[in-house]
Amino acid sequence: MNINATLIGQAIWFILFVAFCMKFVWPPISRALDERKQKIAEGLSAADRAERDLELAQEKASANLKDAKDKAAEIIEQANKRANQIVEEAKDQARVEGERLIAKAQSEIDQEINRAREELRKEVSALALSGAEQVLAREVNRDSHKQLLDDLAAQL
Amino acid sequence: MAASSASEYIKHHLGNLTYGQLPAGYERSCHGHEETLSDATWTFACNAQEASDMGFAAIHVDSMAWSGGLGILMCLLFWLMARKASAGTPSGMLNFVEMIIEFVDSQVRDSFHGKSKLIAPLSLVIFCWVFLMNLMDLIPVDVVPMTFQWIMTTFFGWTAHEAYFRIVPTTDPNITLSMSICVFFLVIFYSIKVKGVGGFLGELSFKPFEAGSTVGKILLLPINLMLETISLLSKPVSLGLRLFGNMYAGEFVFILVAGMMGTWQAIAAWPWAVFHILVITLQAFIFMVLTIVYLSMAVEEH
Repeated sequence: MNINATLIGQAIWFILFVAFCMKFVWPPISRALDERKQKIAEGLSAADRAERDLELAQEKASANLKDAKDKAAEIIEQANKRANQIVEEAKDQARVEGERLIAKAQSEIDQEINRAREELRKEVSALALSGAEQVLAREVNRDSHKQLLDDLAAQL
Repeated sequence: MAASSASEYIKHHLGNLTYGQLPAGYERSCHGHEETLSDATWTFACNAQEASDMGFAAIHVDSMAWSGGLGILMCLLFWLMARKASAGTPSGMLNFVEMIIEFVDSQVRDSFHGKSKLIAPLSLVIFCWVFLMNLMDLIPVDVVPMTFQWIMTTFFGWTAHEAYFRIVPTTDPNITLSMSICVFFLVIFYSIKVKGVGGFLGELSFKPFEAGSTVGKILLLPINLMLETISLLSKPVSLGLRLFGNMYAGEFVFILVAGMMGTWQAIAAWPWAVFHILVITLQAFIFMVLTIVYLSMAVEEH
């Protein structure tokens, strides 16, 4: 355990190694570590941002979906309303048409009745006239009693 | 086995491979023959006495080689990973290195509040390098020294007893004290840089006992100076000796177990090694944290 020049030799080794590490080892590695730290921080914040973006997009998508649903419901409602309207209109038209047809038929019937009545009257008057003619053949002058016969015919 | 008795075995294991200068006229008994040196000679010490006689002009070749080799290995690994480092996804070894660097970085940020480009890489080197050097303690005590012994006796004609070899640099006080002294100089450098020479000396002279008047200050100066100097000097000494003491004690147990049980050492050495994993990591960590704390104390005003 002698103290000797090893003391100086070891000091030289020591200084050499420290100088070497100070120049060639520590700076590149600690720089790399710092850079990596920064990169990781950036990556994390980017991930946060992406998550937020995703949330926003989801919110927007669900809002759009809700809008679309509302609009569809509205359209369906409108369509229903319109269909009901059309049905009502058709009903009304049908009723009007029916009534018209009925009225027309009624008037035709009335006309027929009138015409039949007219004809009947004429035939009855002719028949009555011919009867009366035959009864009154000798006594009545057709020409002198014409006024009387016409009034009779009108009363039938 | 190189040593004939347990105590010699232990002593042999605690000796470093020392290369140094022996003075002229030194009588040595080496490689099986005796001689008297005519000139001052640079050579490997072949026993503990020679190693201590070499004085300061000697170097522990094994400690230097292992600490340097491990340090180079560490730097190489870091350098390769630093070239691969990017902001992308890391993989494999790079992950591991980044984990260590983040760990060291968080320790530095917790304790050191000044701005410095040196402290973080310094802490990284201290933690990893000390850990690697400590880790050598887990290699069974005889493996590398016996291999070395075999090479030296076979190819270089040394006797087995002369081939000292230790592979745990942190069990060499030179290594740990050298690092702690470097830290100590950094502490002084930062103190002066931040507070100026006046501020640094003022802190040594006028704390911890403060006086309002000039006379009081002068009266208290000697005791302040003594206390502060002792506390300043105790930092590197305790820092270096703590690591050395822990590792030396740990290695000593391994050697003791190996010396007593020989081939069966694994039975006792294995549990101790498992426990020691904790110690080597903890000691590396403590060395690093204390370095950071001392330096942050240096740059902060009291």
